[in-house]
Amino acid sequence: MTGARLLSVKGLSTEFRTDRGTVRAVDDVSFDLAAGETLAIVGESGSGKSVTALSVLRLIPTPPGRISSGEVLFEGRDLLKLDEREIRAIRGNRIAMIFQEPMSSLNPSLTVGLQIAEPVQLHRKAPWAAALDKAGELLERVRLPDARSRLSSYPHQFSGGMRQRAMIAMALACQPQLIIADEPTTALDVTVQAQILALLKELTRAANSALILITHDLGVVARYADRVCVMYGGRVAEMGPAREIYAHPRHPYTIGLMASVPRLDQEAGSRLVPIEGQPPDLSRLPPGCAFQPRCRFATERCRVERPPLVSTGPDHLSACHHHDRLGA
Amino acid sequence: MTASAPDRVLSVRDLKVHFPVLAGAVLRRQVGSVRAVDGVSFDVRRGETLGLVGESGCGKSTTGLAVLRMLDITSGRVEFEGEDITGLDRAAMRPIRRRMQMVYQDPFGSLNPRMKVAEIVGEPLEVHGLAADRAAFRERVAALLDMVGLLPDMADRYPHEFSGGQRQRIGIARALALEPSLIVCDEPVSALDVSIQAQVVNLFQELQERLGLTYIFIAHDLAVVRHISHRIAVMYLGRIVEIAPRGELYARPLHPYTQALLAAIPIPDPAIEAGRPQQIISGEVPSAMRPPPGCRFHTRCPHAMDRCKTEDPPLKEIDGGRAVACHLYG
Repeated sequence: MTGARLLSVKGLSTEFRTDRGTVRAVDDVSFDLAAGETLAIVGESGSGKSVTALSVLRLIPTPPGRISSGEVLFEGRDLLKLDEREIRAIRGNRIAMIFQEPMSSLNPSLTVGLQIAEPVQLHRKAPWAAALDKAGELLERVRLPDARSRLSSYPHQFSGGMRQRAMIAMALACQPQLIIADEPTTALDVTVQAQILALLKELTRAANSALILITHDLGVVARYADRVCVMYGGRVAEMGPAREIYAHPRHPYTIGLMASVPRLDQEAGSRLVPIEGQPPDLSRLPPGCAFQPRCRFATERCRVERPPLVSTGPDHLSACHHHDRLGA
Repeated sequence: MTASAPDRVLSVRDLKVHFPVLAGAVLRRQVGSVRAVDGVSFDVRRGETLGLVGESGCGKSTTGLAVLRMLDITSGRVEFEGEDITGLDRAAMRPIRRRMQMVYQDPFGSLNPRMKVAEIVGEPLEVHGLAADRAAFRERVAALLDMVGLLPDMADRYPHEFSGGQRQRIGIARALALEPSLIVCDEPVSALDVSIQAQVVNLFQELQERLGLTYIFIAHDLAVVRHISHRIAVMYLGRIVEIAPRGELYARPLHPYTQALLAAIPIPDPAIEAGRPQQIISGEVPSAMRPPPGCRFHTRCPHAMDRCKTEDPPLKEIDGGRAVACHLYG
């Protein structure tokens, strides 16, 4: 990590009460984020990547969920200690969030212009006319065709790509220091996905905002992230600079993921090397390493002893007992 | 594009599937039509995988359903194993359905939650009266489960007890029950986790080698389609814009839309991505109710000429086995 520290998550754990007992969806997760940096959190379903993001903004539904321990230091304050009024002043203002399904995060009965202008009026105390003007300017900035005339449109009149542009406009409205985007393009077509991600990256860079990009797509990570945090079973498996992680992965799960995706730049027709077994059941994690049942490097130690996250190189961490035997 | 008759499992000519758009609360009248598939022709050879790729609304899934006669065909002709099945009625389709099956995207929605795995996998056997007795039925189900990498004792469990990848295996076992020659796979790995996708893709390939299956593999993920297909048809707004053997399509994409699709896919390697020019096309796919005149892609095409706005380019064969519908090529 380079530059000034903007966000520091320390020992974050989030639990959910279910009918099969308490499940720890996020288990002792720590990471730092510098101003203007893009961090990708990568993982499959049940890895805890989305719950981590929601915990940072304290958007965990309680009950059944509960942040059971940890600190989320943002601009010097622990967000977990703020009262409801204080955290609301940060959400949508200093930290904005973009969700996968724009249709479920936009209000279908309000015009798009009103929904974008609202945070500007609320957080910036701008008069309504100025806020609405700002909304038009924001829609132009996200390159929505006929931006100003779209202010009076309703979300259902927009295509999926246009809605996600409107969501980005809304997220940028108060010039946040941090944007958290949870699978922002998974629901979109391939060419539109490329448009939206390029736009998001360009605008966050221009505003020097930091970006946490939550995704399962290793290609998207490679194109847009500065640093990568790989999660498995609610825990951090590996973390480091993107180039370093792709060139020298130091966790068997990361190595397995890379080998299991077909690539456009490689010989086709050969067999993929899948990760054997099934994704972890969080209510029945093994006592040692969460990945151990699927790991081809696993030893007796992995079955009983949970591997700590240790340094394996400059700014590179891995939670594997055998990290020094891995990697090329 | 053309294959000799015995080698050909499927032959589709000028296939059109239009859906009526109705208006009016009392007197429903047709005010237009969605031209989901609008003149598509292709052949599929025995033992081959033809990939169908394109973005939402391009007609790839509709093509798959129409080929299986699961949707009404507006016009055109579908020949399966040498027989014209376009106009066959339900009874006449019945023996043919045994030879053509489908695997669906959603491993959660496509399995009846109240049925045990043995009933799901074995249902086609019962429907077609292929199980002589209970013992033969159990034996066949066990063999099918084994074929897709599941254990025989899983036969007595319910779908909810399985993960997404295992459920997709159940769906594949069901499709194999009647020993089909053609399987249409509609986004069969899109709903699965990355680490599980590779398991299922490998299973499709193993089964093809073992059983000589022919696949139509429909997906939006070009990397997965390239991996599994021998030939690939790229679709846009109800049309095939380019069809080519896998290697050529990816090494030298001809149609500007194919080029745009390939450029939009990031390669999972930051060192390569950093040096890759990012050519992102603008706009989104227009409505299939009012497709643009001329070439349907001209509204987004970086190479569009005047001619493209008025003149619809036909799919023309370029050289050995590839064809493209674009005025840039003659």
